[in-house]
Amino acid sequence: MNLKPHPESWPGVDARWSKTLRVTSTAAVDAGATHTWHFLDNLSVLQEQGIEPVGTILAVHGNPTWSYLWRSVLSAGINAENPWRVVAVDQLNMGYSERTGSNRRLADRVKDLGDFTAALGLNQTELPVVTLAHDWGGLISLGWALDHRDLVKAVTLTNTAVFHDGAEKIPAALQLALNPAIHGWGTQKTSTFLDVTLHLAQKGGLSKQVYKTYSAPYKTTELREGIRQFVADIPAGPATESYADMVRIAEGIKNLDVPAFFQWGTKDPVFQRRYMADLQKRLPQADVHRYEKASHLVMEDEDIATPLFDWLEERFLWKQTGRQAHEKARLELSGSASSVFRPMVSELADRADDSSLAVVDMDSKDETKIAATLTWAELAADVNRVANGLTALGVKAGDRVNLMVPPGAKLTTLIYACLKIGAVIVVADTGLGLKGLTRALKGARPDYIVGIRGALVAAKSMGWPGKLIGAETSMAAAQKKLGAIATLADFTDTSENTSYTVNPEDDAAVLYTSGSTGPAKGVVYTQRQIAAMRDAIKNTYKLAAGSGLVAGFAPFALLGPALGATSVTPKMDVTKPKTLTASALGAAAAAIDATTVFASPAAMMNIVKTVGELNHEQKLALAKVQTLLSAGAPLAVPLLKAVQTLVPNASIHTPYGMTEALPVTDVSFEEIQQALADGERGMVGAADGVCVGLPVFAAQVRIAPLDETGQPVAETSQEPGVTGEIVVAAPHVKDRYDTLWATERISTSTPGWHHTGDVGHFDEAGRLWVEGRLAHVMVTGQGVLTPVAAEQAAELVPDVRRAAVVAVGPVGSAVPVAVVETDPLAKKAGPASSSLSRKVRQKVAEQTGIELAAVLAVREHPTDIRHNSKIDRPLLAQWANKVLSGQKAKVK
Amino acid sequence: MGKVFSQRPLTDFAASNGERVVVTGASGMLGREVVFELLRQGYSVTALQRSDAGLAALLPEEIRERFRQVRGNITDIATVEEALSDADGVIHLAAKVSFAGAWEDFLETNVRGTRVLVEKAKDAGISRFLFISSPSVAHTGVSFMGEGNGPATPEQARGHYAKSKAMAELLALESDSDDFWVGVIRPHIVWGPGDTQLVERVLDRAAKGTLPLLNKGTALIDTTYIDNAVDAIVAGYRRLEHIHGTPLVVTNGQPRQVAELLAGMCEAAGITPPSRSVPAFLARGAGSLIEKAWEIRPGEDEPPMTRFLAEQLSTSHWFDQSLTRRLLDWEPAVSIEEGYEKLGRYYRK
Repeated sequence: MNLKPHPESWPGVDARWSKTLRVTSTAAVDAGATHTWHFLDNLSVLQEQGIEPVGTILAVHGNPTWSYLWRSVLSAGINAENPWRVVAVDQLNMGYSERTGSNRRLADRVKDLGDFTAALGLNQTELPVVTLAHDWGGLISLGWALDHRDLVKAVTLTNTAVFHDGAEKIPAALQLALNPAIHGWGTQKTSTFLDVTLHLAQKGGLSKQVYKTYSAPYKTTELREGIRQFVADIPAGPATESYADMVRIAEGIKNLDVPAFFQWGTKDPVFQRRYMADLQKRLPQADVHRYEKASHLVMEDEDIATPLFDWLEERFLWKQTGRQAHEKARLELSGSASSVFRPMVSELADRADDSSLAVVDMDSKDETKIAATLTWAELAADVNRVANGLTALGVKAGDRVNLMVPPGAKLTTLIYACLKIGAVIVVADTGLGLKGLTRALKGARPDYIVGIRGALVAAKSMGWPGKLIGAETSMAAAQKKLGAIATLADFTDTSENTSYTVNPEDDAAVLYTSGSTGPAKGVVYTQRQIAAMRDAIKNTYKLAAGSGLVAGFAPFALLGPALGATSVTPKMDVTKPKTLTASALGAAAAAIDATTVFASPAAMMNIVKTVGELNHEQKLALAKVQTLLSAGAPLAVPLLKAVQTLVPNASIHTPYGMTEALPVTDVSFEEIQQALADGERGMVGAADGVCVGLPVFAAQVRIAPLDETGQPVAETSQEPGVTGEIVVAAPHVKDRYDTLWATERISTSTPGWHHTGDVGHFDEAGRLWVEGRLAHVMVTGQGVLTPVAAEQAAELVPDVRRAAVVAVGPVGSAVPVAVVETDPLAKKAGPASSSLSRKVRQKVAEQTGIELAAVLAVREHPTDIRHNSKIDRPLLAQWANKVLSGQKAKVK
Repeated sequence: MGKVFSQRPLTDFAASNGERVVVTGASGMLGREVVFELLRQGYSVTALQRSDAGLAALLPEEIRERFRQVRGNITDIATVEEALSDADGVIHLAAKVSFAGAWEDFLETNVRGTRVLVEKAKDAGISRFLFISSPSVAHTGVSFMGEGNGPATPEQARGHYAKSKAMAELLALESDSDDFWVGVIRPHIVWGPGDTQLVERVLDRAAKGTLPLLNKGTALIDTTYIDNAVDAIVAGYRRLEHIHGTPLVVTNGQPRQVAELLAGMCEAAGITPPSRSVPAFLARGAGSLIEKAWEIRPGEDEPPMTRFLAEQLSTSHWFDQSLTRRLLDWEPAVSIEEGYEKLGRYYRK
């Protein structure tokens, strides 16, 4: 029986795409029979426009959808620059293709697809063929690819699976559908399976029309026969009929040496991330992009067509891929700096006989007491002990190990043990919160989690991936009860571990971004890049071996043993940097005669507040500090002054950087004052922003100027006073984002450089001034504006404590609005008084030429949890937008 | 009617350029100033008026001969024909600008009046027609934030005034062609010293303590200082070739919160600004009731609060001015702050 298609009523489809073809079957189930296929094909439209396609995309849907799934890809294929013929089939018994009356299994469907492409003439094409598939279409398309090796030039996939061994349970959603009591009822007698699948669409779901279009070919029990067959054919274990065919394909693709691209909605309850990980192992060459907000119907939740065509363009039209160009360019840019490679663990090996102190932990209860110490010799032995223990457990080079252990001697040991055996450290800050952590870890998919008791509990309850290893020295039984396969206390062998020889290009660490600028992103560093980070810090701050450093800021603090510096961890709650007090800092400094202090800006505020608690000895210790580093966010001049009284003999530095490049530039308090003075004298560029100084050791910085839509242009510049996106090249810049191909592509759109997402400019002395985030650039009726200078001007008004300037209204005609915290605090959020509004507007206009439409006051700015310092501007903009349209609105 | 005076000094008149423009609605503040500016720029002007606008007396002797006044209704064909007899172009400002009243009256003056003018202008071989409209013709009661110049939507316009102006605008634009240029300028909330529509109502009610702020006056609205509106209209007439067929909203391009705007006006005039806030939905309800009552028993003054006014003062409306400024080749000369100063000088005198 045949269903008549009505393509003119399908939203997003050009009716001319809809075609049918009579195909004779060679499938075992009904060889010799002839069936009518329905498919969508944009070739005739391309030809009408006189466009010659680059190649053909063969798109294969799964169950229970049909070719309609690929309409955005068909549409995107029709363009002059990168045109592709897209052929999207309705498989037999599905969509508008014939209901054959026979039960088609996996092997039949692979044959069917081959019969179809042969009949269509695709098998004779000179042009490259790329497969694209979803759901069970993945297995079928890959089966077809194995049968047409000469034809297939790339494979691309969305949420799918190619292998299930029956050892792990199949996803709950499918178990239910497979249950004999439910199966026939849920899949064929009723439209339950169809409805459940279509309801997986995110962001408010499918529109009514689209929903109707998807379900139209499956209205009756007869029409849904194919849906039931598909579910019945799921190879859930070795006993199932199609298991052998599945294994053949899953194993076969290991030899499929064509480029591959996966786009994956990670909220999919069926094709979960473990299936993506399995596919990555089979096709290790694959480029991967995860969509954290998308589910099973990723093509309905996100625009997958743009990244797909970007990827195809790179693969088929460019001489080299963006990645290749980036790698080549960055090698040239880093020049001689990259040729010197000294592994992170070398310093430790050199000092294996040194009996001086390497690591000191202050007591978590009494801030003046030392809780634990390790000499260099002890640390080297301990690193070997843990390395051997991990090796014995099966941890090998390239495995990902997540460390959920607070900063201190234990974490230091674990980090250097991992580096030593080539295990990739996954660092997700507990400041991300439980939800953020879970998302980050599910994205990073560590093979192991080494955690303290609380982490083990969380891992168990939140279902974090990875085998658990307990990090507590006592409570072995309790940790094992929580699922730990071993505890650190089990490890005893301190002999030299030689399981791994460092390759500088191996992955060394995955660090997670704060998530203050979207979902947390995993940032991958290689051994070479981590070592280069150490060298950047060492050379920029002239840290000689033997110096003592107080480790109040995690990323740099971990470098202590690699730098040859003695490091001490003060008493503080690591998840709340605000909790570091002046006396805790002083006591830690006194414990090792510290010369250097690393701290976070949030901690600095609390330290200044609690300065009265310092005793004489602590004051003396702090007076010996030569360098104080506050990284994470700029400090205001008054705070810098207060900090200076705390460490009177230190040079205070506020480096600028991000998880992807730690650090980019450095500036000292003296240099900031110089820069401000230069600005007052009228030096070009020495205004409008926060001065973050000069590039650090081996780093180069450029500006990609903004066009009239607020987007960076390709040509970079070093000209003073030109505002644009800040781009950086350095040996210590990230290798890549973890399985975020499209994000990585944007960040390396200038080959060799990392686009930071920050905007700023240079002054005539070559110093960089940061003006805010690219995402916060305001495309207003007054032009393209950055917020920082206006905010600084607003903060000059006496009653204003802190200001954020946001744009309200549509891009291009938006108006700038200041949202201020006042002193005294505003009674409630709303418009500022007319006199304050006038003063702020006047000041901002005077200093920057920007005319504010309105001034609003809030009690406190919403900020991100981790830094407690970055104002959540998008949230403020939303609120301001509501208030200024006369609606009721609340902050937070 | 308020006192008849000129906002800007009646000096610096250019020599006659020989072109005559008919201006309807010259008894209002905006129409009057347009007449003065046209004369200043060398045009001759015919004011089409129901009652004597009293303009001639203000003009210097040597300019007075370029000005004539035809008295009568714009719906009266003979009067219109007389006014258009020697004209080269029309700027049509006359309208029933009330927040209340019977629908038939709006239809007659605003819609039929416009049709008569357009048709008679075409009959007279005139090729330039500038229709002065209002952004409210495309205003549906919801917020307008930074939008451009959408088409008039009579079916959605709120209140008799906006609805009838929307119909008139569409009607005028229907006649736009290469031989008959129809331009549309929509000045948004025009104010200035002596302005009876907004400023004096605000000041009067604020002085009596009866001016409520809707929803605390947080909504962001754009307004137009009188001089800027005048300059934009004259620029529009001059550049009809570039602007015909495309309605253009004209504002100062300086959106402000209602509370701040009204406070600025009151402070300039030395009156305590309003502080009493009424939730917008209540005011809308009340406005709607009063509007109805006024239709049956019109009073001396406009009703204290109409639904339309409530919406205007409780929802944000500001506009993308980039296209307007480019097509008009015009920039506002007087900022809101300078406008306040001018109010101050006028009211504190």
